[in-house]
Amino acid sequence: MYGRKVKLRFLFVALILITLILTVFLVLKSLEENVVYFQSPSEIKALSELDKKKIRVGGMVKKNSISIKSSEVKFIITDFKNEINVTYSGAIPNLFEEEKGVVAEGFLKDRNFFSATKILAKHDENYMPPEVKEALGEK
Amino acid sequence: MLFSVIGNYSLLLGLFFGLVLLYFSTKNFRNSKLLDTKILSFTFLQFFLVVISFLCLVSSFVVSDFSNETVFNHSHTTKPFFYKIAGTWGNHEGSLLLWLLVLTLFILIFLIRTKNQPVKYRVLTLVFQQIIIIGFFIFLIKTSNPFNHIYPVPSEGLGLNPILQDPALAIHPPILYLGYVGSSIIFSSVLAATTLNIVTKKWASHIKKWVLISWIFLTLGILLGSIWAYYELGWGGFWFWDPVENVSLMPWLALTTLLHCILVLEKKLILTSWVIILSISTFALSMSGTFLVRSGILNSVHTFANDPERGLFILIFLFSLIFLSLFIFFFFHKTSTDNPSSFFWLSKETAIIINNWFMMYFLSVVLIGTIYPIFLDVLSSQKISVGPPFYHKLIIPFLIPFLLIMAIGPKLKWIKSNLEDKIYLITLLIVSILISFLIVKNFSSNFLINTILISSAFYLFFITLRDFFIKGFKNLAQNIAHFGFSLLILSILFNSLFSSEIITNLKVGQTFENKKAKIVFESISQKEAKNYRSIIGNFTVQDSKGKIENLSPELRIYNQPNITTSEADIKTTLLSDKFMVINIVQNQEFFNVRYQVKPFMLWIWISVILISFGGLMSFLKKGYEK
Repeated sequence: MYGRKVKLRFLFVALILITLILTVFLVLKSLEENVVYFQSPSEIKALSELDKKKIRVGGMVKKNSISIKSSEVKFIITDFKNEINVTYSGAIPNLFEEEKGVVAEGFLKDRNFFSATKILAKHDENYMPPEVKEALGEK
Repeated sequence: MLFSVIGNYSLLLGLFFGLVLLYFSTKNFRNSKLLDTKILSFTFLQFFLVVISFLCLVSSFVVSDFSNETVFNHSHTTKPFFYKIAGTWGNHEGSLLLWLLVLTLFILIFLIRTKNQPVKYRVLTLVFQQIIIIGFFIFLIKTSNPFNHIYPVPSEGLGLNPILQDPALAIHPPILYLGYVGSSIIFSSVLAATTLNIVTKKWASHIKKWVLISWIFLTLGILLGSIWAYYELGWGGFWFWDPVENVSLMPWLALTTLLHCILVLEKKLILTSWVIILSISTFALSMSGTFLVRSGILNSVHTFANDPERGLFILIFLFSLIFLSLFIFFFFHKTSTDNPSSFFWLSKETAIIINNWFMMYFLSVVLIGTIYPIFLDVLSSQKISVGPPFYHKLIIPFLIPFLLIMAIGPKLKWIKSNLEDKIYLITLLIVSILISFLIVKNFSSNFLINTILISSAFYLFFITLRDFFIKGFKNLAQNIAHFGFSLLILSILFNSLFSSEIITNLKVGQTFENKKAKIVFESISQKEAKNYRSIIGNFTVQDSKGKIENLSPELRIYNQPNITTSEADIKTTLLSDKFMVINIVQNQEFFNVRYQVKPFMLWIWISVILISFGGLMSFLKKGYEK
């Protein structure tokens, strides 16, 4: 009915469409699984159920809260309304200090305890991650 | 003071000449067979003015002229001389001036080197390039003038962020920008060629040189950034899928795809629309890279000044350029009807096209992973981040067919081909699988995918290696680049499979011991330098074989700005790197120690250099590639 050329072209377009749909599907599915949400200590307090997925917690490192042992570091992240205890064993970035902004990535044990797998570095002493700024409410 | 005034007026004059050039070239385009000599002189003049302006900024940095706002914000009298110069482009204003410098330089070179091309084409390219240049002039002068005054004049500057005070990062921006800005020439040229309907084989072999040169610089620029991240950030890796890294990878992917399409176009008049679209997207990606980094929209570990006005300007500028190019594409581009666009399924161009698709897929993954968080933030103000698992999961499985086609593709002939040498190809495949199996067999996790992946990388490795011997100088450039790529993938895979890491907190005199290594924190010593003082930790590390290594990582406490940075101590050998970095938390006795053994690190760098060397060979080769 149709010529060979038309058929080929049709096949080509169909192939492109299928790849496109496949790509979008794969990417969206993977996004859903691998996205890390950011939460402030207050948001965690307000959670109705605990998420088992990896999250990020951000805020200020509370004054006099850092304590170090050979295997781990403990500190408290606060947004001046609520706070959360963090335990961490891993590399500490340069600008990790008390009363400075911090973002920790890891898993919630319960509403008060967070076990971090990574602490994120910042490059500049004045810089504060936008989420932290927002979590602290323009302080 | 004087420098700022001269620099500022040079910029204004440069903008003026941009407008003059626009006028003359439109005039020239309408009614002349010859290129107006005025055009060449004015282009040179414009370049010269930007050079003056740039040198003025460099001089302001060198003499520490703090009446200049940029110098005040980013320099300090105690900064070493080298970083005073490098500091010129280590900030937003200066780096944009560098963009402009390269933009004007490239169009000048373009005009000089294209004497054999049609006049209309040259003039039209100049017009499009001038539109970009004028846009950047206005952007620079209006939103980020590097010559702003401050009064009263401060006596001391704020200093350059210490992590930027590093040789690799000093030359990283210029190299990367040569790559980025090179894509602007490709963009202008493709628009001109489309308008005049001369997207032909001849055009392809002319623009190939420009594609190659930007590709080489972009590759090297990314390499430098990666090396810097490895030893300076102390995170023990070379690629973190950080948004700022991704925005340099995206133009690279587009440019690599374009490079291969140009090769096809040079042989056979197909894929013209595809080449046009790729050229436009490469430049758009380079521009949006600048936009995303400079506007502070990206939530990244790299931080730069946030300024919404700048972001908005680049965004509007970018959209008008994209709109203009799409307009030209749809209204002027005619697909030639007389071309036999039949594909035989087994041919070099089919292989290239299939891998093009994979490249586009990788590009979309990186693109979505990078911008999705921004969109979600705007739409629902939800903060998310997309980490390495996302990219690994989506990219790694598709690397397998990609590598295999990369191995087989160059064996095929153009247009129609048979697979020759079947026995060799199959033998090599079996050998690759066996070797990978032996290497991976002790690892239980992801056994299957690792074996297949390493096999396909080995396959490409062996095939390209064999080609060095049997083909000699034929296709040497391409073979080197592909060989480099296989080496890169292999090194990355071995690196991630066989790396080991110990992170612990130690006081001076303490010892950490496990199965793999024994780390003794012997002592600390102190050192004073011009603009920082450093604490050096002295460690001895004994590995499981009893071999002892001394490592002395360093903590630098800079005085201005007051920032602590870690300097990793890395012992590089041919087969593996031993990497140690320390950190200290204020008022605590414990040092945070990170010790890593990273195999094949050196080969990651070497293979990227090989890849760009392949590009360089192709660039230097005269005439037609057989």
